[in-house]
Amino acid sequence: MTTPPRAPLTRRVRWRNRAVAVTGLVTVWVLLWGTFTWANVISGLAVAAVLLVVFPLPPVTFAGRIRPVPLARFLARFLWDLVVASAQVAWLAVRFGHTPRGAIIAVRLRVNTDLNLTLTAEALSLVPGSLILEADRGTGTLYVHVIGVRTLDEVERFRRGVRELEERIVAAVGSGEELRRLRDPDPTGPPEPVDLEGAPT
Amino acid sequence: MTVDAVLDTAAGVCLIAGALLSLAAGIALVRFPDVLSRMHAAAKPQVLGLLLVLLGCALRLRTGVDITTLVLVGMFQLATAPVAAHMVGRAAYPHDDIRRDLLLTDELAGRLDRVRANRAGAAETPSSVGAPGRDAQPPA
Repeated sequence: MTTPPRAPLTRRVRWRNRAVAVTGLVTVWVLLWGTFTWANVISGLAVAAVLLVVFPLPPVTFAGRIRPVPLARFLARFLWDLVVASAQVAWLAVRFGHTPRGAIIAVRLRVNTDLNLTLTAEALSLVPGSLILEADRGTGTLYVHVIGVRTLDEVERFRRGVRELEERIVAAVGSGEELRRLRDPDPTGPPEPVDLEGAPT
Repeated sequence: MTVDAVLDTAAGVCLIAGALLSLAAGIALVRFPDVLSRMHAAAKPQVLGLLLVLLGCALRLRTGVDITTLVLVGMFQLATAPVAAHMVGRAAYPHDDIRRDLLLTDELAGRLDRVRANRAGAAETPSSVGAPGRDAQPPA
């Protein structure tokens, strides 16, 4: 049930985190200026350095590595899902004489890292039918509002959908160890709904 | 038909589709029964509508400086819209504005009850907090 204690970050990991942050900030800076010149890059580096000193970022460690093929698969599926989601909500909106029903479900993620929690929650809010309501960092549980479900079977199917989304994200940016945890989930913890109190009525 | 004309046509299609999606989001905002359903409308068709409008603008403008700015707008929209929806949903959740009769199941209610019980228990016997439960994180 408890999360493994997180080891303090080593110097090397901390520098890597900073390098990732600087790269991101410089990219945004160059995009803001719109042209790629050395003056832009150098001024961006200066701004990023000042930002990181003045507003230190919380340590979100990017432990994995980027795998291009799963990443492309995730992005393609994500764009498709976004289109489907928009069509679905638009259809629900213009349909007469129908009140959409919803459900709030708890989904326990198998990889409980801040980055995975954040990415899954963000992607989840943009794919069909779901909206993130609450995230429990301690257990890595996301509480999701689902719209447009009619039966409990559909709710369960949706729960599986969330876990598949998590799989796609971990496959795209997760570390090897996280991938392993996906394949054979932790036998000690209950794999399925942590929360049975609010059980189906 | 020249390349310019093709691009302009594509831009027009994107702009109109984006505008229609934004309109659908507006209709959904008015018609949906409660806060949580409305946040769906604000999060999805609105984001895709904006992305399509941005794409339309990019196809019409066709200059590097403008396109990078549009890319940034889209990126930040994708990153922030779910967060905004999350914050609103979270603020709205324990209130009466939510139509509980429309919910098939509510697995968050149990957690909130436990958090409350934990807090009440902690207030009564502050010495017994030694074993923090899984909901021991401070309620925001």
